[in-house]
Amino acid sequence: MVEYYWPQREETTLIGKPVDRLDGLEKATGTAKYTYDVNLKDQLIAKALGCPHGHCRIKSIDTAAAEATPGVVHIELLREPGSEIEWEGELIAVVAADSEGAAVEGRSKIDVQYETLEVFTNDEDLEAAKEAGRTTRGGGKAETQREPGEEDDEDEFIEDEIKRLFGEAAHVIEGYYGIDAITHCCLEPHGSTVHWDNGRLIAYLSTQNVSGTDDGFARDLNLTADDVDVICEYIGGGFGSKFAADYWGIAAARISKQTGRPVKFMLDRDQELKLGGNRPSGYIKVKLGADENGVVQIWDSEHWGTGGANGGGVSHGVIPYVLSPPNYRRLATNIKVNAAQARAWRAPNHPQACAMSQTAYDDLAAQMGADSYDIFMRNLGSAQGAKPEVYAEEMKIAARLMDWKAKWHAHGKGPRDGSVVEGLGMALHTWGGTANNSSCQLKIYPDGSVQSFCGTQDLGTGTRTVCAQVVADTLGLSLDQVQVNIGRSTYPNSGASGGSTTVGGVSESHRRAAQDALMKLFDQVAGALEADAGDLEAVDGRIRIKGSPESSLSWKEACSRLGLKPLEVTASYQRGSGSPLSSSGVGGVQMAHVTVDTETGVVKMRKFVAVQDMGLIVNPKTAKSQIYGAAIMGIAYALFEQRKLDPATGAFVNAEMADYKLPRLGDTGQIIVELYEPDSERERGVIGLGEPPVISPGAAISNAVCNALGVRVPVLPLTPKRVLDALQQAGRV
Amino acid sequence: MTDSIHNSDTHSGVSRRAFLKGSGAAAAATAVGTSTAPLAAQEGGTEVVRGEKTISLTVNGQNRQATVEPRTTLLEMLRYQFDLTGAKPVSLDGSSGASTVWVDGKTVAASTMLALQCEGKAIRTVESLGGDQPDPVAQAFVKHDAEQCGFCTPGFVVAVRAFLDKHPNASEEEIRQGLNGNICRCGTYANIIDAAMSIVKGESHG
Ligand code: FES
Repeated sequence: MVEYYWPQREETTLIGKPVDRLDGLEKATGTAKYTYDVNLKDQLIAKALGCPHGHCRIKSIDTAAAEATPGVVHIELLREPGSEIEWEGELIAVVAADSEGAAVEGRSKIDVQYETLEVFTNDEDLEAAKEAGRTTRGGGKAETQREPGEEDDEDEFIEDEIKRLFGEAAHVIEGYYGIDAITHCCLEPHGSTVHWDNGRLIAYLSTQNVSGTDDGFARDLNLTADDVDVICEYIGGGFGSKFAADYWGIAAARISKQTGRPVKFMLDRDQELKLGGNRPSGYIKVKLGADENGVVQIWDSEHWGTGGANGGGVSHGVIPYVLSPPNYRRLATNIKVNAAQARAWRAPNHPQACAMSQTAYDDLAAQMGADSYDIFMRNLGSAQGAKPEVYAEEMKIAARLMDWKAKWHAHGKGPRDGSVVEGLGMALHTWGGTANNSSCQLKIYPDGSVQSFCGTQDLGTGTRTVCAQVVADTLGLSLDQVQVNIGRSTYPNSGASGGSTTVGGVSESHRRAAQDALMKLFDQVAGALEADAGDLEAVDGRIRIKGSPESSLSWKEACSRLGLKPLEVTASYQRGSGSPLSSSGVGGVQMAHVTVDTETGVVKMRKFVAVQDMGLIVNPKTAKSQIYGAAIMGIAYALFEQRKLDPATGAFVNAEMADYKLPRLGDTGQIIVELYEPDSERERGVIGLGEPPVISPGAAISNAVCNALGVRVPVLPLTPKRVLDALQQAGRV
Repeated sequence: MTDSIHNSDTHSGVSRRAFLKGSGAAAAATAVGTSTAPLAAQEGGTEVVRGEKTISLTVNGQNRQATVEPRTTLLEMLRYQFDLTGAKPVSLDGSSGASTVWVDGKTVAASTMLALQCEGKAIRTVESLGGDQPDPVAQAFVKHDAEQCGFCTPGFVVAVRAFLDKHPNASEEEIRQGLNGNICRCGTYANIIDAAMSIVKGESHG
């Protein structure tokens, strides 16, 4: 039995080192082939017609003119007359043609008659939603330190207890906060390029789930997973929205089968925004009570929001967020609106929960005239997720990097430069990040070359590079001596990239496979070195005896003793099986420094600090990039992006890149990232990083704006209009 | 209430695509003097110009020919005819910058230009910055990890190369102000600024 372990910090050659991503140049020079880029001989281009109404019934579909369009080869209906459509953009028919132009022209000639139905889009107005019969219970929970007695009615007891606690509180805050729905807006839209080869489906799919989507195709096409080969070498963004083949992927496969030609079917930009995934909105009414030190004792909230046409919303389970007082009551209501259903968006529930909770803590600081940093620090006793001392340490580091103490001023009391004021804000977050299931096959060839095979994918995380670092470091080789193969469902299974589980999973499987293979190689060469296999080590491209490095074989010599056949091992990690190589549960602290122009309402980012732990860090360079990216994605939803639905028609009115506002390079200010990896963290093994740093920016930036203005702008994104409205309401303009 | 949808390309019926594929194509066809009429008039007012034409141009220094329709964009020609897929289709109106290429030395969003307008022109794509001796900007993107998923990256590499050609001594502030034509969803901006600054400072990445 091989005992799996990570080498000590000072013993590694590649693990923990800032390694350039291996596919960097392919991406930078345009030769990396994404699903959209795969061009197959004689391929058809498919374009779909989207429904123009938020809610309607199809009366009739006439495709005659479309069929007669030159270049159009095939038309498939995805919806039949009589079907009810509940959101704008839903695909009704697909036109496959020789060229994009012909497909678009054909699509424009499909004549669909609709009966429009009643539309509801107002997810912020709970009363209106109730009146329209659009609400469902989203769950809730109440917890008090004092238990009800045998005789007590539980609800009454809790009601009384909450009253009592608020009566005792030295400070009471009542607030309203919210965060609008946003989309994933992957720059490579959802889609596939597919063809059939002797009854097998070859699907180039833009997916976060290479090993799992073959099943999806198979199920819907009456095949077995072995009949489907899903390939994804590069994916242009997923963020939680690309786990399935989707009905448009299945349609591509069907059309390819029927026409006998390869089919490329990618969503249009507006379809990507309308259908490709969105994140639920959340709006909350909160009352909290704190003792004289600002330590919160009681939280009472009701929140609502929408996950789309089937309801859903922000889970009550993460409210209040991270800082969780001993007494609380929380209630969630879900609203159904005419919009496509939400998909997992990077750290599902957490960014909204953070923005709906830690804003209230900051308002407590504002009311007390206290430093927000001190109030957060004093409340760490109730912190969930990471250990309070980890948050505390990270807060200290962040404050130093932000120069918090020197810059701090009470809410609304800072210096003013003309119409411009500035402010600081902070927030905390947590995430699990358990390693996903992962298997890796490793082959060492008699000529010394090494190849790994794993059905994982690289979302931009740097997965490919991490795999190579782990294998090469373990075998005592350099990166160029190892060839990593990922992105095919025919390779050993590896879990979907969701929930920050990939780097943990592939580090597990690749380290295990490399340790297993090395032990077998040691067995083969021990005789030649006149040593026990257990006394050998692989260092600097040589196999040598521990303690007497002069007795050694070069890697090549050692491998030549394998005979004719390569040495092959497959190693697996099963989620939850317990392992010294990975664990879960991280914390993070973020701070924002903003300026706000009180005349124009424009918020600008000055500086943003992110401090993050993640256990053992395999590649600090790509890890930092993920945190920079998360901070920027956070700035996006804090200040810029929102899904805007027209209340009359349900139309998603800003579903184009020009209208769906995202920050540009000049909008993000200075960003400082600090990886927190003391020995106590490193010893925990690898933990996922993708989600956590995207959680805090909303609350941190909202708090900074509030600190600048002395007025809370309640709902994210903090657009100029909302800033001005809030100032006006507060009688400040 | 009923409603009949023609030209249902987008909810408005007068989308940018309709413009490009229809009237824009007609205008361009006139501009280069093809005789591809007659126009196929269509309900709703969009007109599709028919007929293919072979054009000659240079692409990354090589003489090439392409047979294109009046409605074919430069981006479609590059991607489907030359299999040069570095320039990406992200937004039709060029607002993402992902399809940025050079036409006669000037940067253009390839999704906004018609192929017919490229007759006789010199097109340079991001692929020209690769090969055995990659352009320092592409190398700086790798060194500074200015890429995650990488879908925006080719457009950004071209934009940075073009910007630095014009402003070789740009300050960080000028870089922050001068590269706002491109969008990255993964959030690589901080590293792009570092990559660009490293070129200004003359750091080597090879
Ligand atoms: S790297 Fe993914 S969009 Fe920029």
